[in-house]
Amino acid sequence: MENVLEAKNVNVFYGDFQALKNINMKFKKNAVTALIGPSGCGKSTYLRLFNRMNDYIDSFNMQGDIMVENKNIYNKEIVVEELRKKIGMVFQKPNPFPKSIFENVAYGLKIQGVTNKAVLKNAVRKALQQAALWDEVKLDLDKSALALSGGQQQRLCIARTLAVEPSIILMDEPTSALDPIATAKVEELIRELKQKYTIIIVTHNMQQASRISDYTAFFYMGEMIEYNKTDTIFTNPQHERTQNYITGRFG
Amino acid sequence: MNNSQINRLKDKTFNYFGIFCTLIGLVILAFFIGSIFYDGLRRIDWDFLTSLPSRKAEKAGILTAWVGSIWIVIFTFIIVVPLGISAGIYLEEYAKKSRLSSLIEVNISNLAGVPSIIYGLLSLEIFVRLFGMGNSILAGSCTLALLVLPIVIVATREALKAVPHSIRAASYALGASKWQTVWEQVLPASFGGILTGVILAISRAVGETAPLIVIGALLYVPFTPSSPMDEFTVLPIQIFNWISRPQHEFTTNAAAAIILLLLITFIMNGVAVYFRNKWQKKINW
Repeated sequence: MENVLEAKNVNVFYGDFQALKNINMKFKKNAVTALIGPSGCGKSTYLRLFNRMNDYIDSFNMQGDIMVENKNIYNKEIVVEELRKKIGMVFQKPNPFPKSIFENVAYGLKIQGVTNKAVLKNAVRKALQQAALWDEVKLDLDKSALALSGGQQQRLCIARTLAVEPSIILMDEPTSALDPIATAKVEELIRELKQKYTIIIVTHNMQQASRISDYTAFFYMGEMIEYNKTDTIFTNPQHERTQNYITGRFG
Repeated sequence: MNNSQINRLKDKTFNYFGIFCTLIGLVILAFFIGSIFYDGLRRIDWDFLTSLPSRKAEKAGILTAWVGSIWIVIFTFIIVVPLGISAGIYLEEYAKKSRLSSLIEVNISNLAGVPSIIYGLLSLEIFVRLFGMGNSILAGSCTLALLVLPIVIVATREALKAVPHSIRAASYALGASKWQTVWEQVLPASFGGILTGVILAISRAVGETAPLIVIGALLYVPFTPSSPMDEFTVLPIQIFNWISRPQHEFTTNAAAAIILLLLITFIMNGVAVYFRNKWQKKINW
């Protein structure tokens, strides 16, 4: 399988603090890659590098290259708004806009200048169907998104991301605020989405990583300790740290 | 008496003291409003609202005053809203945190506390003389806009701050620019708070007297203004004028005008509270 994303010699600093230490990693296309590790190990920082969401942090400073389709996305000529249309993101807590369900999903297209009502309607339906939310909300698309349950809100956020038609989706602990049933739905969704999308997911939940991911990378104190097929990581880890973490001896 | 009895006594004592403190304000206000209504209510009729001022108290009306107040409110609104909201957006969303920006912040908070007569003197020099506006409605509106600008800026910033950061992140992550994020998401979500601030600022402007007297608003205007460059008077100045007359009948007129002024500010504050509640209900993060 081909690689769609690559980190080359990446170092990240917040002021004097080094959050990531010399990371080198390649991500496979149409696969789910899980980033695991204890809190503060740098996995969220790492994830947010790929759509440049760290740019908003004042003390953020980065060295190295992040290659998407063989282009360094930290180059000066990269337009970050364009990049984010290709690389979508789903956040830890569901964060729908305080608008209607329809407006939430259509927003990404509207800001690109799409005004045709029929086109928007179609795109909204398609995205909601892909996110397995259509049947639950098709009758009240004009209802406020804030009236949905937490799990529905998170699937709405996924639909909102899909509507822009990205090729890569970043997920930052997308189920940490959800109950087990809603979590199961989102996990099932992720498994389906990987046929069309490349997914990178940060998770605290090791069962989740083993259930849904094809590849897993273990982070510890800003270093990438081990990266392999998920099966291998969970059955036959090469490093003692990884072994200790996945068996729950620390973390 | 043992210890816990003493504590309960303290509790009770403070309870009654608190009721007393609360009532003082209310009773005085009620007494004030009561006496105003007693003096002025019977004076308010159609003629009073539609008559020009006069030397004879029973003939005098407040047409020019309330029309002047409305002109002033509208122009103050037009001037202060774009300036205040834009400045608030800039400081909250765009400005990088630096020494300069925190200096500006402190100064804006300080400006809100500058006595209004100082603004009047400043405006007299700048708007009336330097810019040659004369003692017109435009000069008056500029003065009041300057006076309430800090209120609008601070209210805008507070309202923007109340919008969770996750909303901005969601918008950016979909490929929105800063401007799109502010315009499409942050501003609509904070609209209730901003509007409340603007209305409170305007209702403060309605009641201002001192700065307008300084810039030369007239005590006696025998015509209603027809353009922003006309001379004008406003309700509080008319009240001030009538109160300072020796004849007792004018006091009745003043009381009637005060009722009207109170009514306007109460309505504006009521609208502000209504909008705040409405938007708070709609957006429950």
